[in-house]
Amino acid sequence: MEVLKTFPIGQYIPANSILHGLDAKAKIIASFWLIVFIFLIRLNLSYLFFFLLIMLGIFLSSLPLKYFLRSLKPVYFLVLFTFIIHFFFGEEGGRVFWRFGIIHITELGIKMAIFMSLRLIFIVMITSLLTLTTSVLELAQALEDLLKPLKYFKFPVHEFSMMMTIAIRFVPTLLDETDKIIKAQKARGAEFGKGNIVNQAKSLLPVIIPLFVNAFRRANELAEAMESRCYRGGEGRTRYRRTYWTLKETSFIFFIGIYSALLLIFF
Amino acid sequence: MALISLKSVSYTYLKDTPLEKEALLNVSLNVEHGERIGILGKTGSGKSTLIQLIGGLIYPTSGEVYVKDKEIRKWNSKELCKIVGVVFQYPEYQFFAETVFEEVAFGPKNIGISEEKIEDCVKSALISVGLSYEEIKDRSPFHLSGGEKRRLAIASILAMDPEVLILDEPTANLDPRGKLQIMNYIDRWVDKKQKTLIIVSHDLDEVMRLVRRVIVLKAGEIIFDGPSERLFMSYDKLEEAELDLPEIVRLVKILQEKGYPIEGAFTVQEIVERILAYKGYKSLWKC
Repeated sequence: MEVLKTFPIGQYIPANSILHGLDAKAKIIASFWLIVFIFLIRLNLSYLFFFLLIMLGIFLSSLPLKYFLRSLKPVYFLVLFTFIIHFFFGEEGGRVFWRFGIIHITELGIKMAIFMSLRLIFIVMITSLLTLTTSVLELAQALEDLLKPLKYFKFPVHEFSMMMTIAIRFVPTLLDETDKIIKAQKARGAEFGKGNIVNQAKSLLPVIIPLFVNAFRRANELAEAMESRCYRGGEGRTRYRRTYWTLKETSFIFFIGIYSALLLIFF
Repeated sequence: MALISLKSVSYTYLKDTPLEKEALLNVSLNVEHGERIGILGKTGSGKSTLIQLIGGLIYPTSGEVYVKDKEIRKWNSKELCKIVGVVFQYPEYQFFAETVFEEVAFGPKNIGISEEKIEDCVKSALISVGLSYEEIKDRSPFHLSGGEKRRLAIASILAMDPEVLILDEPTANLDPRGKLQIMNYIDRWVDKKQKTLIIVSHDLDEVMRLVRRVIVLKAGEIIFDGPSERLFMSYDKLEEAELDLPEIVRLVKILQEKGYPIEGAFTVQEIVERILAYKGYKSLWKC
């Protein structure tokens, strides 16, 4: 079950680094800003400085480079596709190097090809910097805090974040369970992925049905457990793990802000 | 050669990731036909991994597993099911069929037992676990009681009539009566059909009655492999594996500390005999 093992959720890798230590709120704001920012700058030296910023982030996360490269794996194809489309069919402009029917290689096309692929890679890198150094629980809680203003518009922020947290929390559990059920049905001679489509779909029933039954059972148990501990939504609820916005977070945001402002001014 | 044999088998979960974990380390063992083996160890000692390897559900990271002298990877999975039947922990969580009959018939159908024989298979499997075929066959497996569900799940493996029956904690989460029932049904089935039994547990008291050979695992390594009587004499091994001493062994230990020479006694009867002899009384059982 290789798919189950390489599933991207929960790729958080615990470590004791500066980035790990930052409040998740600051990291979310910074990543969000940087992703927007990358659409604001034009392709020139600023991309190099953006790259340096990402490298600095990787260095501060104290995680080996290979985890970041691994996170690029699912988008390799997308990057390649973007590159090829822009390279051969992109906007026309500047010098024309080659032309054949609808295929044309121009200066602007090449530039855009590099530009778009780099953008994609950078976006994935930034998201990995966030998800590799922040646990999903921290992320969900930070999101709740950041969405708090929406409360004034009657948006159920706490319920929303609780739902997210539970959903995310149960992904590994359900994956684990799927693995177990598949093994158990294999032990009863079941075969998967053989025969025509109808048979393949049919062979999945002995996995899907127990999975659903168990998910409902778990949901029931969880609801009961929460109710018996007097859970009644977010009103007046405190947290076990509290995070604090300190000077560290403020200076981090300032650094990102000034760095990007300088890039905008100089290039 | 042996029915099942493991040659310096290791298994690593999530290899090449930061979460890499070695579940089994260099494990070698042979299982002969007709043996009854208990695999003991506390949680995380590698018990479940070991039986999954034997059942061909996972392949070793290094080393070899042979079933009937054939390497495990070379076995066709359906053929292997006829030799090795694995009952997982909480097997009732795999139910999917609408009726009890369909549930039990799933295995036999998969391994190619002919339609007319399936009914017999299902019937005899249900009877072996003490469920009444006529009464239960059309009911939903989801609507049975906890103990019945467990027995039904075991029956769904028995229906395939495997040569080796492997059970992973078959009595977990059941009440004492349910536990005893299940152990008795397993005992009878294995005895009647002359099968090989491998049973995984962390509860010594439970498997003691059923097995003759015990394998104790600790952190993925075998720290004891031999007849159960010998294990009960070596407290150090039990303590090393962090297993609770069986009640009878605890009793012997306490009595020994009080000065009774009852080393090597394993049944209440033996203990009583020895104490009586020591005190100079005649044997109770002889009069």
